[in-house]
Amino acid sequence: MRRLFLRDLALAFRAGGGGLTGLLFFLAVVAIVPFGIGPDLKLLARIGPSILWIGALLAALLGLDRLFQAEREDGTLDLLLMQETPLVLIVLVKCLAHWAASGLTLALSVPFLGLLLNLDAPAIGATMLTLACGTPALTLIGAGAAAVTVALPRGGLLVSVLVLPLAIPVLIFGVSATQGALEAPASFLPPFLILLALNLLFAVLGPLAAAAALRSLED
Amino acid sequence: MSDTSLTIRRFSDLANPSRFLALSARLLPWLCCLTALLFAVGLFFAVTSAGDYQQGETVRIMYVHVPSAWLAMMIYGVMSVSALGTLVWRHPLADVAARAAMPIGAAFTGLALVTGSLWGKPMWGAWWVWDARLTSFFILFLMYAGLIALNRALEDPARAARLSAILILLGFVNIPIIKFSVDWWNTLHQPASVLRLGGSAIDAEFLRPLLLMAAAFTCLFFCLHLAAMRNEILRRRVAVLRRQSARSAALNGPAA
Amino acid sequence: MNFAAPHIGFVLASYGAALVVVFGLILWVVLDGRARRADIRALEAAGIRRRSDRRPESGSAPDARP
Repeated sequence: MRRLFLRDLALAFRAGGGGLTGLLFFLAVVAIVPFGIGPDLKLLARIGPSILWIGALLAALLGLDRLFQAEREDGTLDLLLMQETPLVLIVLVKCLAHWAASGLTLALSVPFLGLLLNLDAPAIGATMLTLACGTPALTLIGAGAAAVTVALPRGGLLVSVLVLPLAIPVLIFGVSATQGALEAPASFLPPFLILLALNLLFAVLGPLAAAAALRSLED
Repeated sequence: MSDTSLTIRRFSDLANPSRFLALSARLLPWLCCLTALLFAVGLFFAVTSAGDYQQGETVRIMYVHVPSAWLAMMIYGVMSVSALGTLVWRHPLADVAARAAMPIGAAFTGLALVTGSLWGKPMWGAWWVWDARLTSFFILFLMYAGLIALNRALEDPARAARLSAILILLGFVNIPIIKFSVDWWNTLHQPASVLRLGGSAIDAEFLRPLLLMAAAFTCLFFCLHLAAMRNEILRRRVAVLRRQSARSAALNGPAA
Repeated sequence: MNFAAPHIGFVLASYGAALVVVFGLILWVVLDGRARRADIRALEAAGIRRRSDRRPESGSAPDARP
């Protein structure tokens, strides 16, 4: 299990891996938003956390289609299916590795991007925390869709279309937790706890669905 | 014991596509007649009933909007049951049912959105407000569209059946969460409540056409669904026959 | 129904939309069914039919069980 985790992590950061590309995409999305809405620093500071969340959501979706596709192409997937360890656990470990390569690096890059958007220290901290706690849910729910579309030649776009409606709760509670931490009337803890609960729920649902989909590819 | 086994036998009797075709061919004309009758009565009441003192004539939009919204949700329920049938019991007609229901569900969700928007413009002064109910329906429409896109992308029907069943169930579990989160988001951003009909305290004057139209739409769905399922079965037969003929042609050589 | 009411256009438009959608669905189902039956007939004319019904008059629906 640990070796699978490390292997996936190493692959993600290698030349063709999705980890760094996702990070670059995140950077690019955040960089073009001021061009779209104008360089007003006050406005940017107000909507900055939301921009970071939307950018992270899109960047997390970007790499999802590679979650199982490379394994399917080189036949590793068949080996993984034949393991004695339950497929659900294997999928879960793969999701964790994918999250460490995408979601975690996105959350860690928030301090630099936050400066670009004129965020102050509490806002940066809150966004980092909610992103770090919210992106696992995105990866886990995405695993289900990635497994469903793994057999398709151009599944990437379809994965995004399938995942986005399911990812809306994560976005809502992530953003409202961030705003709850910053603005006085709104509360931080309830949406944050719901965000964590969503993680746990998707940690069950996503791998289950992904394992069922991968199994159904075999016969 | 014997009762359940009898039900199971009935149920598996339906599993034979030929028998389903025969049965549905007998059922369909009656169902179509019932639908037409319900529509005639329902439309009569919908047109002749009094307008609301507050909403005026626009209340009549409710008689097509609410039934199509109800259908949009019910069709997803039908698809979820079919998805369970595909994954758990491997019922051969279950995935035919799910696949036939998808475009119908998407059409009624779209109709609910369009009529809701047509209702919202005179009532709220905007074609679209980010109201919790509207937003959840928009998301439902996206989910239908995603399912159709997946089904169009997959060629092998057996594989498409299994994969879309997984996706349908994943969506089904998520629908309450999405609904809850959208409600949360809405109260966060829009404290002012929008004008809406006062709960279940609807006058009988409005309730009668509403229920009749809901029954008519439901019957209409079952007609369309049965017919679409028949078409889907025939389409699969054609595909199998084509494959057979291609195989026999290949076996007999180019001369055959 | 009062055709002089202020928002009658919206009411008519929504009934029109419902009409378009319903008839579109009916048309789709009917045309699709017709095309599929034509496919089956064409295949049968070419001498290809299902193993289960080899009888020549199998173009109609298989006989209903009593």
